[in-house]
Parts: sequence; structure tokens; C-alpha cells
Amino acid sequence: MSGQPGKLPGGAPTRGAIRIEDVVKIYDPGGASVMAVDHCNLDIAAGEICMIVGPSGCGKTTLLNAIAGFHEITSGRITLDGEVLCSTERPKSTPGSDRVVVFQNGALFPWKTNLDNVAFGPIMQGKLSKAEAREKALSMMADAGLNGVEHNFPGEVSSGVRRRIEIVRALMNDPKVLLLDEPYRALDSLTKSVMHEALLEIYYKNKVTIFFITHDLEEAIFLGHKVAIMTSRPCKPKKILTVDIPHPRDYGVLTSKRFRELIEETNEAVHEEAVKAFQSGEKEG
Amino acid sequence: MARRKFDSKALAKGLFSILVFLVLWEIGSRSKTWITAEAFSGFREALGALGFNKNYLPWVGAIPAPSEVVVAWGKVIVDPGYWQSWWMSGARVGGGFFAAMLVGIPFGLALAVSRTAHGIGFPVFELLRPIPPLAWVPASIIFWPTQELSIAFVTFLGAFYTIVINVVGGARSIDVRYFQAAQSMGSSKADIFRRVILPGTLPSIVVGSAVGMGITWEVVVAAEMISGGGSQSGGTSGGGLGFFIWNSYVGGSYEQIVVGMISIGIAGFISSELLRHFGKYITPWLRLR
Repeated sequence: MSGQPGKLPGGAPTRGAIRIEDVVKIYDPGGASVMAVDHCNLDIAAGEICMIVGPSGCGKTTLLNAIAGFHEITSGRITLDGEVLCSTERPKSTPGSDRVVVFQNGALFPWKTNLDNVAFGPIMQGKLSKAEAREKALSMMADAGLNGVEHNFPGEVSSGVRRRIEIVRALMNDPKVLLLDEPYRALDSLTKSVMHEALLEIYYKNKVTIFFITHDLEEAIFLGHKVAIMTSRPCKPKKILTVDIPHPRDYGVLTSKRFRELIEETNEAVHEEAVKAFQSGEKEG
Repeated sequence: MARRKFDSKALAKGLFSILVFLVLWEIGSRSKTWITAEAFSGFREALGALGFNKNYLPWVGAIPAPSEVVVAWGKVIVDPGYWQSWWMSGARVGGGFFAAMLVGIPFGLALAVSRTAHGIGFPVFELLRPIPPLAWVPASIIFWPTQELSIAFVTFLGAFYTIVINVVGGARSIDVRYFQAAQSMGSSKADIFRRVILPGTLPSIVVGSAVGMGITWEVVVAAEMISGGGSQSGGTSGGGLGFFIWNSYVGGSYEQIVVGMISIGIAGFISSELLRHFGKYITPWLRLR
């Protein structure tokens, strides 16, 4: 199928396959237990862009936190290239630079210049000296079109630029998986469209597996090889869609017939979950 | 980096406002000369009816005029004792303040980072914190060998609590995202302390220090007044600015009281400006907003 990562320029990616098996997450198992994730199964191929779509608060971020190693799972198993990250026996994976997170509100260190932010990872891991890391950071920033902001602080550049810098910072670690938690949520739609193309451009160069959380269906179908539509809490895939629009994509895709068809196909499933989430939210309130 | 342009209009407004203040003070202070005029007889009656002295304006009429203060200052400025007062208060404030930083910052960081340290240290800290530094004056005179040390200790307390509270609050309010980001990029615990907690707390340390410095000046003046300023020789020499004021009051030199007050104002202003500049220098990322 043309939507498969194997068709990308530069050969098929071989690393970064994530398998989520029967993962359950119950918050506060002792007291009033809330099931956030319910026997969730999801396979993400190496180098695939997998978009996770669901209403706010449905438990998407819980999954991401389990992969990243920020939170424990209650039961189940998550593997990365066959290696167990976390399981029922060892519920919390160790955070590592093979799975770097780009956060919802951004987590560039405000006290470091953009360049030093980007150079941070390899220095921490002892892979590069400070000078080498800076040099690599400079060239990666230049590759991503981020010239002229290297010596500014994150607070001095626009939020769109900050997000791009953060993605470059993540890629500096040469990760197997990029974990993106609604990175463009706070951006206006015009900036968002620029961000999408910039992300794809970076992706075509690096072909890293991308686990991308969003609640924007158009964003999901535009970017993803695969779109997993999640049920509202407890969270598990309700429908998994393979997007058969060939990569590389550009903004022309948005007006194509196939894109509109895919939106129509999935819109109802997403809307249903949104309504459910809204109603249960009302009950809780 | 964008810097604010020097605003000459704001400066002019500021100078004008100070000038108006000085003129009103001068006129008010000299009220005993003009209030006796026939035109103000009704006003004088009203003052009397309200229980004030009829012969000058309430409050402002009782204090020396700015012109008299300037004359007194001119005399005092050549007296080495006056400068020694500056030096003594400055040294006490500086000593107490730096000791408070030296002890307070690591202590605050320990409270913020370690649950054990927090469990052991915080209850005692909270128990002692409501005691005003000045309440420590007699006790500290008893348990410190020299009067100098007891005054420095009281000024130390003034800054210490504020610095610790700010450090703890600052370190705790660092967003968890920064920790997670550092962790996922392979930072060790020591790295996280050095590269996330320390810089993340720095703005609060700066704020705490500025507030602490203000308290230190308040405390040192009061401590000097109470303890006699450690002065053996008496007179205006050697007791610090707080003692300078007190001594001027006892000696009936009202112009000198005001000189001392303004001197402390200037000293406090200089020290907080220095601190502000230093704070800006060490937190360059905050300059941009």
C-alpha cells in the first residue's frame, strides 16, 4: 500500500516498532478506582506516523506517559523493537533518550538559549562534548530552517518556532520514537499548517516512528500513516484507520477527494466519542 | 536583545514630583512663620478646636524643613563618625544578608528536594518563623559573645526566613514537564538538580533576596536603636545609622534625625538597585518580557 512507510525515500526504517498489548491503567486502584485505559492493543510499525485521536481527557496521554516511562501501567505490556518497556511485572519503564517527548505546552528550558536547549540531550548522555553538541545542534537547526534564533531564549521566539525547536531538540537524541502530546494545540490554524509541513519535512529526513496525540481529525489524517480513534474514558482504539494517501504529502492533500472521504468515514466515530466524553464530563461536574 | 529606551519624559515627571514634594514640605515645615498671619486666624481656630497646636501645621510643622536638613547634612558630611555609621550598618546588613544567603539557599533547596530534610527541618523552621527578628534582640545579646555578632544575627534572621520560603516555593513550582523532559533526554539526578532545579529556582532566589534585603535594613536600624549600636564612645560615632538617628533624637538635633532617615533610605535604595542589577544579570532569560 502506498501509505506504508516502506515506500518512503531513503529505504525502509528498521527501528522504532511499538507494540501495545492489553494495557490497562487504573488510577488509584485502592480507592475510587478510575479506569483510564482499558485493554488497549495497538501496533505501530517502525518509522510509522501513528496518530492517536480522542476527546480531551480520554486517557491518550496516559498511554504516552506509559511509553515514556513517566507513569506506571496497571497491567499489560508495551514493547519497543521487541524489548519490553513495561509490563504487569515491571509496571514503569525507565525514561530514556530512545523515546523523547514533545510536550503539550512545550518544555524548552526557559533559562537556556535555543541552541543550548537543542544541544542538551547528547551532552547529558555523554555522547558528545559540549562543543560537538553545539556544532551538531547548529547544523540541525539550520536544516530545519531555524536560522537566526540560536542565541535567543525560548521566551523571545514565537510559539510556533518554539515547537519546531523542541522537535529538533528531541531528534538530537537520535530517538527511535518521537512522542508528541498535542504539540500544536495552542497554535492558530495558519501556524499549525506551517508546522505540519515542517514536521513532515523533518520526518522525511529522519523517518523516526511518531506517536502523535491530537484531538484534531484533519491533522491526524493529514499527517498519519495510521489513525487510531480512541474511545472516551476508558481509552482503547475504537477504530484504526490506515490512511492510503501516499507520502510525501503536502497541503494539496487537504482538498483532495480521498482526504475528504477519509474524514467523512471517521468523523462520526470521533463525534460519538466526543459526545460521550462531554456527557460524562457533565455528570462528573 | 530588546532594551527599554531611556525615557526622558518619565524622568522629567519623576523629578517634578520630587520637587513638588520638597516645596510642600518646606512650606509646611515653615508654617510657624506664616500661620500667624491674619488671613489664617480662622484656620488656627479650627486647628485648636481639633486638638492640635495652633502655632504650626500638624505633623509637618513639627519637623525640620528640607533646607535646614541640607544645612545639617553639610555639617555632618565632613564628620567621619557619620560615614562610620554608614559603614557599620552596611557591614551588618551585608554580613547578615550574605550569611542568610549562604545558609538559606542550600537549606531551602534541601527542604524542596528531600522529603527527609523537609520532614525534619520544616516543622522547626515553621515554629521559629513567626517570631519577629526583633524579638530575638535580647536573647541574641545573651548568647552571642559580642554585641556586633548579636546585631548581625538579628539581621541574618530578617533575611533568612524570606530567602528560605522563596527558595522552597520556587523550587516546588518548577513545572514537572521540565523534569520529565530532562529525564527523557538522559539526565541523571545530579544533572537535574544542577540544570533544572537550580536555574528554575534562581528567579525566586532573586526575589527572595530583594525582599530579604529590605527586611535586613528595617531590622538593623531597630536593632541598633535598641542595643545602643555597639557604641562604646557615644556621640554620633560608631553606632550605625540606626544609632545615629536615636542619638540625634536624644541629643535634640531634629535635623540630624531626618538626615539619618534619608541616609537609610539611600542606603536601602543603593543595595536593592545593586541586587536588582545582579539579579537581572544572572537571570538573563527574564529580561525579555
